[in-house]
Amino acid sequence: MRFLILALVLGASLGAQVPFERILKAEAEPHNWLTYSGNYSSHRHSPLKLINRDNVGGLKALWTYQINTLHKFETTPIVVDGVMYISEPPSDVTALDTRTGRPLWEYRRKLPKDIPVCCGEVNRGVAVLGDTVYIGTLDAHLVALDAKSGLVRWDVEVEDYTVGQSVTVAPLAVKDKIVVGIAGGEYGVRGFLDAYDAKTGERAWRFWTVPGPGEPGNETWAGDSWKRGAATTWVTGSYDPDLNLVYWGTGNPGPDWNGEVREGDNLYSDSLIALDADSGKLKWYFQFTPHDVHDWDATEVPVLIDGTVRGQKRKLVLFANRNAFYYVLDRETGEFLLGKPYAKQTWAKGLDDSGRPMRLPNTAPTLEGTLVYPAVPGATNWFSPSYSPADHLFYVNVTEMGHIYHMGEAIFKAGSRYSAGGARRIPGEEPYAEIRAFVPETAELKWAFRLQRPPRAGLLSTAGGLVFGCSAEGDFFALDSQSGKPLWRFQTGGGMYSNPMSFAVDGKQRIAIAAGHGLYVFGLGE
Amino acid sequence: MRILLTLVLAAASLQAQAGRDEPIPPRPPVTPEETTAGKRLFDGHCAGCHGPEGRGAQGPNLARPSLRHAQDAQSLFLVIDLGIEGTEMPRGGQLHDLEIWKIVAYVESLGRTAPEPLPGDAERGKNLYYGKGNCAACHWLNGGGGRQGPELSGIGASRGLAYLRQSLLEPAATVPEGFLLVAAVGRDGHRIRGVRLNEDPFTIQIRDSADVIHSLRKEDLAELHRQKGESSMPPYGGVFTTAEIDDLVSFLASQRGGS
Repeated sequence: MRFLILALVLGASLGAQVPFERILKAEAEPHNWLTYSGNYSSHRHSPLKLINRDNVGGLKALWTYQINTLHKFETTPIVVDGVMYISEPPSDVTALDTRTGRPLWEYRRKLPKDIPVCCGEVNRGVAVLGDTVYIGTLDAHLVALDAKSGLVRWDVEVEDYTVGQSVTVAPLAVKDKIVVGIAGGEYGVRGFLDAYDAKTGERAWRFWTVPGPGEPGNETWAGDSWKRGAATTWVTGSYDPDLNLVYWGTGNPGPDWNGEVREGDNLYSDSLIALDADSGKLKWYFQFTPHDVHDWDATEVPVLIDGTVRGQKRKLVLFANRNAFYYVLDRETGEFLLGKPYAKQTWAKGLDDSGRPMRLPNTAPTLEGTLVYPAVPGATNWFSPSYSPADHLFYVNVTEMGHIYHMGEAIFKAGSRYSAGGARRIPGEEPYAEIRAFVPETAELKWAFRLQRPPRAGLLSTAGGLVFGCSAEGDFFALDSQSGKPLWRFQTGGGMYSNPMSFAVDGKQRIAIAAGHGLYVFGLGE
Repeated sequence: MRILLTLVLAAASLQAQAGRDEPIPPRPPVTPEETTAGKRLFDGHCAGCHGPEGRGAQGPNLARPSLRHAQDAQSLFLVIDLGIEGTEMPRGGQLHDLEIWKIVAYVESLGRTAPEPLPGDAERGKNLYYGKGNCAACHWLNGGGGRQGPELSGIGASRGLAYLRQSLLEPAATVPEGFLLVAAVGRDGHRIRGVRLNEDPFTIQIRDSADVIHSLRKEDLAELHRQKGESSMPPYGGVFTTAEIDDLVSFLASQRGGS
């Protein structure tokens, strides 16, 4: 009888539909995790509070799912009614039973051997819409899988992988479309953001993040440098249903460290772009780092909140940028409201009234090397920050580290690296990091939790008064969301390159994190 | 044809093993301009460890006719591109292939300069190492010795002469990675000082001078001091004469093995 009940429940789960309206109201079903950052506002916050600051000390590992590759495991799981959908590197998908961690189906993609990628054969997760699971692949395809079986519904080419373009980003399902970005900023590609019809795979729109001749912004690229301008879109953005705008960060201009071959501001590299979700038309943009020569992609997660700035209620977007400045923008217009350094930086005197950096002299890379803060990986990076509506605090992993930047020769050959320089460590420097909690509208620091070395993993806040984070040494831990005091930890024994999330099964809350080559799921002892 | 094919396959598999996606591009002609450009790149990227003109510092002396990890131009290219696993030599992944060839040209030119002579007598240095200096009490060398300091079995291959001399005269200036001295004071007043073996945000592992390993939780500590710039090794300038230091440097420089 018990077996029958279990079987019935699972059967129902695999048949579950996830229409757009469910993702829109993700907070109403906190036992699920329906989109990459938990909701369209990218709060990476769980309203669940069964695990809380009073009982988190009893958290235990309940199951682990091991992957069979040695690539970095960057996935954020999606959970729908008892089934977890994860991507596995390089471009695979597995559906897991959330009770036991046992696989229900697998999609294993055969990839060509000659895919050029800058930074590992990785994937950050899947999207779910209706009864379909969507994965972007390293050979730059977008694939739709039947959510009940993992069988392929359609498979379309996003771009030509041989020139260095790949899809590592978790797609974003918006209305009847799947929005997907591209990676390849170290290969002199021309970046874009695409949307595909969720049913057919037909491309609905493309926004070129590097404007072509005759388009506004093309004049910000010297000569034909726009053709290799990069500005890729490799981290999942956010969506405001009232404004019908998709917000997405763009990457470094190409080549990374030699700006001499691309004089100008290099729009829309290192920017936040706001696009109409139906047409892909640009509503506004804000460029954080004009003419970047340090590889400071603005591919961080834009976090949407409504808040009060200078006495006025505003729709805001928060952005902790790799360039060491924290920004608050009006998300209706892109108006700059606040910008403050949140980590050591030595490249700008500050931001002017429009938010444009006032760059200091002698900070560009040279052949001999130029010491600049922050380092290439930046004050933060692609891994997620978190916003807790319960505590009204913004949490972010902050790295304190500099680099000696080198400029190299810009020699372009399609499919080969086109980064033209590099960086090396400052002798004797011991970089460190902190998880910092800010008042979102003012960047006032509320607390900081010191980490030994800079981590490469993100944060999750919960209504239980917790912030979950990761250390570079493999610790997964919980902090008090109001004080930063550590309350619980578990040594996973592996490198952590992912973001935590939370869900519930059988009415019990779970916390999940990919660490090393395993996905760990934690709960209170049961 | 079959031999050629085998050779091609062997080369391909070597590159695949080493982690390089593309074949090494053909080497451009070596010209004085190429070598000069290589020197500028070397000064920026490499001299920090290998010293000016590659005479060795924290990294090995490259001004020698043959290099341990790079017997020919192709292998030197791969060393610069991919680094050397298990050593401090990092990947040069951000360098363009043509820039790597320029550095290769410059490093090869260093091998044509006269090698720096050893300053003393290695045999006398050996006696000092095991005798008057009692260095083996703290350093592992060729299968035996102490564990407090770094292993010295391959030290001659990985460090330059000036660096070796400095390590004897000012050990605190040359503390290698992995030998940070730390002092912990427990909430009960208990004190532990030793070499940090590992540390994370919550715990620290320390080897003390009696070779006892301590695993400590930071929440149990009242104080934790990272004694950067300090070394448990005393300066040996007052122990050895200048000539004896030369002999010891020569002995250490001749240690080119390693576990």
